[in-house]
Amino acid sequence: MNNLKEIENFEIDCFLQAIHLRFGYDFSDYAKASLKRRIQYRLQQDGLNHISELIPRVLHDEAFFKRFLNDMSITVTEMFRTPLMFKSLRENIVDKLKTYPRINIWHVGCATGEEVYSMAILLHEEGLLEKTRIYATDYNRHSLELAQKGIFALQRMKNYNQAYQLAGGSSSFTDYYSAKYDGAKMKSFLKKRITFAHHNLISDQGFAQMHLIMCRNVLIYFNQQLQNRVLTMLGQSLLQRGFLIIGDKESLEFSPLLDEFDAIDAKLKMFQKRLVFNAG
Amino acid sequence: MPDKNTLFDAVVIGVSAGGLNALKVLCQHLPKNFLLPILIVQHQLQTEDDFLVQHLEKHCVIKVKLAVSTQCIEAATVYVSAAGYHLLVEEDKCLALSVDSPVNYSIPSIDVLFDSASDVYGQYLLGIILTGGSADGSRGLAHIVERGGHALVQSPEDADVDVMPIAAIKAVTAVNAAKLNVLSLAEIAIFLKELAPHER
Repeated sequence: MNNLKEIENFEIDCFLQAIHLRFGYDFSDYAKASLKRRIQYRLQQDGLNHISELIPRVLHDEAFFKRFLNDMSITVTEMFRTPLMFKSLRENIVDKLKTYPRINIWHVGCATGEEVYSMAILLHEEGLLEKTRIYATDYNRHSLELAQKGIFALQRMKNYNQAYQLAGGSSSFTDYYSAKYDGAKMKSFLKKRITFAHHNLISDQGFAQMHLIMCRNVLIYFNQQLQNRVLTMLGQSLLQRGFLIIGDKESLEFSPLLDEFDAIDAKLKMFQKRLVFNAG
Repeated sequence: MPDKNTLFDAVVIGVSAGGLNALKVLCQHLPKNFLLPILIVQHQLQTEDDFLVQHLEKHCVIKVKLAVSTQCIEAATVYVSAAGYHLLVEEDKCLALSVDSPVNYSIPSIDVLFDSASDVYGQYLLGIILTGGSADGSRGLAHIVERGGHALVQSPEDADVDVMPIAAIKAVTAVNAAKLNVLSLAEIAIFLKELAPHER
């Protein structure tokens, strides 16, 4: 080890190992560039100089770890992000979902819940909400608490309203929340069919019998190996002919799922699991 | 001027207000034997996703692609940041995206690309800051120079909006002024042209 980069990489490895041993969270297969930015952010916030100085912190200070865990899962999210995907979902998938008596949907990495509530609104307008169970999972308990509350900044509602319209909304967006102080609280009927649950994609097993899985902008943080492992698990969690939607800048191209799924909307990365007849 | 024999492995460009025209000019002047990959962060509205790629394709003789996750960087290709995502370079010279918080109020942020690219390419990276109305990219450009890379900044008089060039010049000068050239857009185009391998 003779240059700064190698030393820093070694420090990162040690830090991640400390987290893994102490708290069971394994970040070793995360894509390194973003991971490093997040670690450096924590370093700056705590006024430290070297990544190795984070190791005693994480071993002996649980509150520090919680802060770091939060740094690791803070992402930009918004209601009806990529409105055209929701529009395509309405046009290309909803009719197929309508043929089922009950529907299970899994939002993987739901963060603070904006996407889940968007989905609930869409299902409500399509008359599907009452027969749907939505599982919204994340490994960050703090995010889950916020998601469960369903209160979003009032000043963002104008943009969300635009996105809702672009997504093919058939009603008025203002029907779905009540404004209080500077917050917009999502109406409780949207929440009734949502189960928020803690789930760690890296260490926990998948679900079963899902009709639709939303996993957008979660895989971008993983290296190819971990992406493939998670995608395989998501594929197994789906029913035959079930739907998988990933982020529109993500890809199944290098994953084992490529041969098991058909593209419903190739540009917006919406896929359907192929029917496989089991011999014997 | 840096030694013309200095070899670069990649070029990163950060640009904001006035970028459509500036990038068009640079693209028009790239020779068809230009081999280096060029990664561009242009601040843009969320809805303008494919627009910039289509705009540049019209003016570029080399390939132009929208940057997507895990795509590996190829020679002679221009990669344009996707609206609403940070663009980063991984150790294996593949692209990574993130939806982390905005940096300098921007997503994508120029600093985020420049920092990660300089960690990977070190002294073999050429960083360029063009016209723009924010200070994003100045810290990243200084980081490139700290890692031994080279910096070009569009001269403030030549830029449509001079805020970004002025901030970048200040930040790089504080680190190592010898690694900086302040040039007009036309001169930057010539600089890039000369990075293409000479015909025998």
